[in-house]
Amino acid sequence: MKRRDFLKASVGGTVVALSGGSAIARPNLEPAPEAIGMLYDSTLCVGCKACVSKCKEVNGMPPTIRGEDVQYDSALDLSPQTLNVIKVYRDGKAEVKDSETNGFAFEKRSCMHCVDPGCVSACPVTALIRHEQTGIVTYDADACIGCRTCMTGCPYNVPQFDYNNPFGEIHKCQMCNQAGVERIDNGMITGCAEVCPTGATLFGSREALLEEARRRMALKPGESYMYPRGDVRDPISSHERAVPSYLQHIWGEKEAGGTNVLHISSIPFDKLGMPPLPDRSYASISETMQHSLYQYLALPALALGGLTYVIKRNVDDDEGGEK
Amino acid sequence: MSDYQPLERRVITFPFIVLGIIGLIGLYFLAHRFLFGIGSVTNLNEGYPWGIWVVYDIVVGTALACGGYALAITVYVLNKGKYHPLVRAALLASLLGYTMGGIGAFIDMGRWWQFYNVLLPWQMNFNAAMLEVALCVMAYIIVLFIEFSPVVLERFGARDLMKKLEKVLFIILAIGVLLPTMHQSSLGTMLIVMGYKVHPLWQSLHLQPLLALLTALTMGFSIVVFESSLSAVGFRRTPETPLMTGLSKAIVGLIALYLVIRFGELLFRGKLGLIFAGDLPSLMFIIETALFVFPLVVLLSEKGRKNARTLLYAAVAMLFAGSLYRFNAFLIMYNPGHGYSYFPSIPELMVTLGIVAIEIMIFLYVIKRFPVLHREEHA
Ligand code: SF4
Ligand code: SF4
Ligand code: SF4
Repeated sequence: MKRRDFLKASVGGTVVALSGGSAIARPNLEPAPEAIGMLYDSTLCVGCKACVSKCKEVNGMPPTIRGEDVQYDSALDLSPQTLNVIKVYRDGKAEVKDSETNGFAFEKRSCMHCVDPGCVSACPVTALIRHEQTGIVTYDADACIGCRTCMTGCPYNVPQFDYNNPFGEIHKCQMCNQAGVERIDNGMITGCAEVCPTGATLFGSREALLEEARRRMALKPGESYMYPRGDVRDPISSHERAVPSYLQHIWGEKEAGGTNVLHISSIPFDKLGMPPLPDRSYASISETMQHSLYQYLALPALALGGLTYVIKRNVDDDEGGEK
Repeated sequence: MSDYQPLERRVITFPFIVLGIIGLIGLYFLAHRFLFGIGSVTNLNEGYPWGIWVVYDIVVGTALACGGYALAITVYVLNKGKYHPLVRAALLASLLGYTMGGIGAFIDMGRWWQFYNVLLPWQMNFNAAMLEVALCVMAYIIVLFIEFSPVVLERFGARDLMKKLEKVLFIILAIGVLLPTMHQSSLGTMLIVMGYKVHPLWQSLHLQPLLALLTALTMGFSIVVFESSLSAVGFRRTPETPLMTGLSKAIVGLIALYLVIRFGELLFRGKLGLIFAGDLPSLMFIIETALFVFPLVVLLSEKGRKNARTLLYAAVAMLFAGSLYRFNAFLIMYNPGHGYSYFPSIPELMVTLGIVAIEIMIFLYVIKRFPVLHREEHA
């Protein structure tokens, strides 16, 4: 091949590859076969923060204390010491619960255990792993180099690096199933779901929780419904309550490929601080590009071959010229 | 006899001492970082995992260090041997820039003592653009050292070794062109997974790698023009105008291509309106675009290309344009929501400045003691 042709060919190839060569586009990942998750129903949450305290107990983290108030954990947001936090939406006089205007509402922030997790896709050393069966996303500190790419890649800003420790690591919810805790493997449920007095945080398989969420969507406001507590399939107890007017939207069914932790509420999720996410996961676009460019390293190898040939010729030419 | 020679001048000068002081301050805070953690020095937080250490030292710094890459393409791939006189200085600047980028990555690495995990095949995640960037940058630093080693061998008169090296140098040169092409585009890919956090004017998704590569090349050529026209203006040397004219043409082509793709993407995805939103992003976009257009206009005119001073202005504008594009995409226009904000702390800035100061000190020392600059240039 003439040098010019080679250059044309390789530029052409690069352009095709860079434009996302659709043939090898990687679609969103599918939910894990036995995906485990939680359903957070904002309308049930009373903001007691029992879940926050229990989370700290399970994960061996100190309570966050502000001022004189030592009764409650008063963490304001996620941090290396807070993997699960309850935030408050407020509007105007903030008098009516679950009302968008002049009302207030609770929202839980914690790892959503994405079906197609950005953190896992972005981590260069496989320190974040989506479990093949349960879909739980866990972290391996022994592998982590602390580059914090996972933080940039998480749509929910969940992974937290402990900057104040010279030997800090990433902290995130691992669904109570990290080495040493392993509640799920031992047949238990997550700490937060176990202590939640209202069933606002409910444990179960993604499928069962989706079913439960859909059932609630279909109910008429004002109707009475038996809300389960603990595990959706095997409730610790249940309580009867009038159905609020749910927003017809299950957060996490589709967003960026979906999540195993689902949220429902009666006010729009952007008001509750959820990010603007398309259905296609960013991870899938990123990996499509990465693989179009580096499929089995074929393109780089080809380019290297061509470059070596061209450069060898040119270097030899130069030497010839000098003689 | 070599065509290159050391610039036999005093090493310890006043500017050199000033740089040394800045370097020492940087090292002081660096010691802090390793003793008390990243948080004791930087303003990084829950929403902003990357600050100027990553964005300046690696994302912008390695692009500014693309001079060696750009010239290698011109000289060895496009066979324009007449640019050869510039290669060694460009190579040295690249070598130092990339080494500093590598060091920057290391000091920013929260768990640096486990850094070797990047090299363990069973740990590698080939889906991650970051892996590719890390491996290619490391490999490229080694390649740059090998490419530059003839200069050192020449200085110490190791002729045999040099001959042997020259026999295989072509393959090193080929790798030296391939690696930056790979990791500079992957730097762009890293923006994709950040998704909505990157403002739509900068979130071009599939086109990120191409835009990153184009800015790397443009900045690479510009830094060569910059270094050369600066010494022409500053030290009253004869400007290497014919060489510069050729490089300018390359820059014009690259900027034009970049702008077509950039605006094409905005048009295609219906985002052009955001340019006129009158907010900070629109302002940043307009400044950035103006910085790209200015060198394009200057270098399009015959007069502009032939004058060392206008060349210098054009090159500076281009360097700012490319740097601002990357700063915007990775940091200024990165918004994780939830009210998080970031501005670098003074110690954090001092570490970056210190690293740059040390880099310049080494550059000055090497050109004064090793055969880097071309003979005619300072006859
Ligand atoms: S324990 Fe349940 S009700 Fe209490 S704050 Fe947590 S989710 Fe809300
Ligand atoms: S919410 Fe963030 S940390 Fe959790 S799995 Fe998704 S991307 Fe990973
Ligand atoms: S900080 Fe650790 S877990 Fe996060 S991307 Fe880097 S290596 Fe992976």
